Amino acid sequence: MAKSFLSIEQLTQRYPDGQGGEFTVFENASFGIEKGEFVCILGHSGCGKSTIMNILAGLAEPTSGVVKMDGQHVSGPSLDRGVVFQNYSLLPWLTALKNVTFGVSARFPNWSKEKVIEHSTAFLAKVGLTGDAIHRKPSQLSGGMRQRVSIARAFANEPKLLLLDEPFGALDALTRGTIQDELIKVWSDTDQTVFMITHDIDEAILLADRILLMTNGPMAQVAESVEITIPRPRVRNDIVEHPNYYAIRNHLVHFLAQRSAELSGQAQTPDQQPTPVRIDLTDDAETEDPEPAKPVLRAVEG
Amino acid sequence: MKALSENRKAALLSILILVVGCLIWEASIPAQKAVGELTEYELLTGGGQPKAGVPPPSQVLGKAWEQLSNPFYDAGPNDKGIGIQIGYSIYRVLTGYALAAAIAIPLGFLIGMSSVAYKALNPFIQVLRPISPLAWMPLALFVIQDSEMSAIFVIFICSIWPMLINTAFGVAGVREDWVNVARTHELSALKTAFTVILPAAAPTIVTGMRISIGIAWLVIVAAEMLVGGTGIGYYVWNEWNNLDLTSVIFSILMIGVVGMLLDSMFGLLQRTVAYTE
Repeated sequence: MAKSFLSIEQLTQRYPDGQGGEFTVFENASFGIEKGEFVCILGHSGCGKSTIMNILAGLAEPTSGVVKMDGQHVSGPSLDRGVVFQNYSLLPWLTALKNVTFGVSARFPNWSKEKVIEHSTAFLAKVGLTGDAIHRKPSQLSGGMRQRVSIARAFANEPKLLLLDEPFGALDALTRGTIQDELIKVWSDTDQTVFMITHDIDEAILLADRILLMTNGPMAQVAESVEITIPRPRVRNDIVEHPNYYAIRNHLVHFLAQRSAELSGQAQTPDQQPTPVRIDLTDDAETEDPEPAKPVLRAVEG
Repeated sequence: MKALSENRKAALLSILILVVGCLIWEASIPAQKAVGELTEYELLTGGGQPKAGVPPPSQVLGKAWEQLSNPFYDAGPNDKGIGIQIGYSIYRVLTGYALAAAIAIPLGFLIGMSSVAYKALNPFIQVLRPISPLAWMPLALFVIQDSEMSAIFVIFICSIWPMLINTAFGVAGVREDWVNVARTHELSALKTAFTVILPAAAPTIVTGMRISIGIAWLVIVAAEMLVGGTGIGYYVWNEWNNLDLTSVIFSILMIGVVGMLLDSMFGLLQRTVAYTE
């Protein structure tokens, strides 16, 4: 099998449980992400999503297993992997623009001051921040604006891999929708590889090329990799009309509501990749059964 | 509009309190008896000499005018202008304070970043901190053999603790997220310290600096009373020896004014480094 752009191999994370034993968050998690792909990871709280994210970001070390990007071992944080944190993590003493230039000048130390500012302003504009607002401090911006700045900071750095840790978790539904649209726009302009944690199924379907499903912890595993067979560009209002939408959504809900618990704790063989799942009803749409009651599950490669 | 009128009300009230206070003070000072009314016995026992007493505010005001109109005259070791005396005190305070800051802030950074350093140094800090700075004076005089330097040392030792403790506290309290931002941007340790940790901890550090300058100004008066020679503390004590209470009161007021100015400078600094999350 050809190595993916980003490959996570037999990642295991254990913590001491405080009683002399060990607590395994996840074991032998292996999966790959291709260049330019947008991958979401879904799972219940405590399954270790954030731990995987921190390991990918280089902010935490796994108990065992390796992460390789472009064939290189990943260890420690790097400018090649940008992170958007759930709580924005903007530096409150800097203005929105300075928060972005802070990242850009770290990424491109040889750029002139004007070029850094120009580049940063352009990325802020991409997420809809222009004019006076970019000279305000984070405390003078709304939650949505702050997360826009954080996204602009991450994209402006043009990292090889962008990690988003529940970026919309703290936002209200309306703001979330707008910023999701902006995220898609920025992403499609840049062909950035994105790995995102989310709790929101609809958000995952809207954004992702592929959704990784995790079983419940402890001993969580990355069980399935669901391909989102809805063509881009996707528009929030239209994708619900797509025949595959509810089939995929039902599959995801079913997994999270039932199978994530059933599959939990099962020992996994090392090197086991998540089962690929492809749900596509568009071929069958013209056949005799116009409204299939059950989604068709087909494993590709495998 | 309302806030302005509130400020005005407060200002008017302040002036009223000042005027009333001064009037009561002025009225409560018994007038010196005129020579003509004295009995022969009183005259013989020196009753005609002006008696030392608390001067009325009008006299203090006259003294202030006289001193402030020529603050930098120098007529020998015991007769220098108020400006020169205050200048000496400020010089000592700032020298001792700068030395303390130069040590306390880097050391505070170290203690704040490393819990081992914190635990190792904490017992020393806890024992040394409550010592009255003047208790160091005999030791300082013996070791340093120079009264000027000893006064500076006393300022140094009293202003180091609030800065050290606040710096350590501020640095230790920097949010993990901000440090992670620095880490994901591959900032060097030095760059992280200056661009992330320092601005994040600055409000706490400046609060410590403000407390320190206040303490330093309190202590310099006492220290100069002990070491003598020059300075506002020496001036107060010297005027007490001269039984010139007008000058004593005037210099007390000057100590207050200079202390206020030093404090408000740090208040200004505090406002510039403040941020809201």
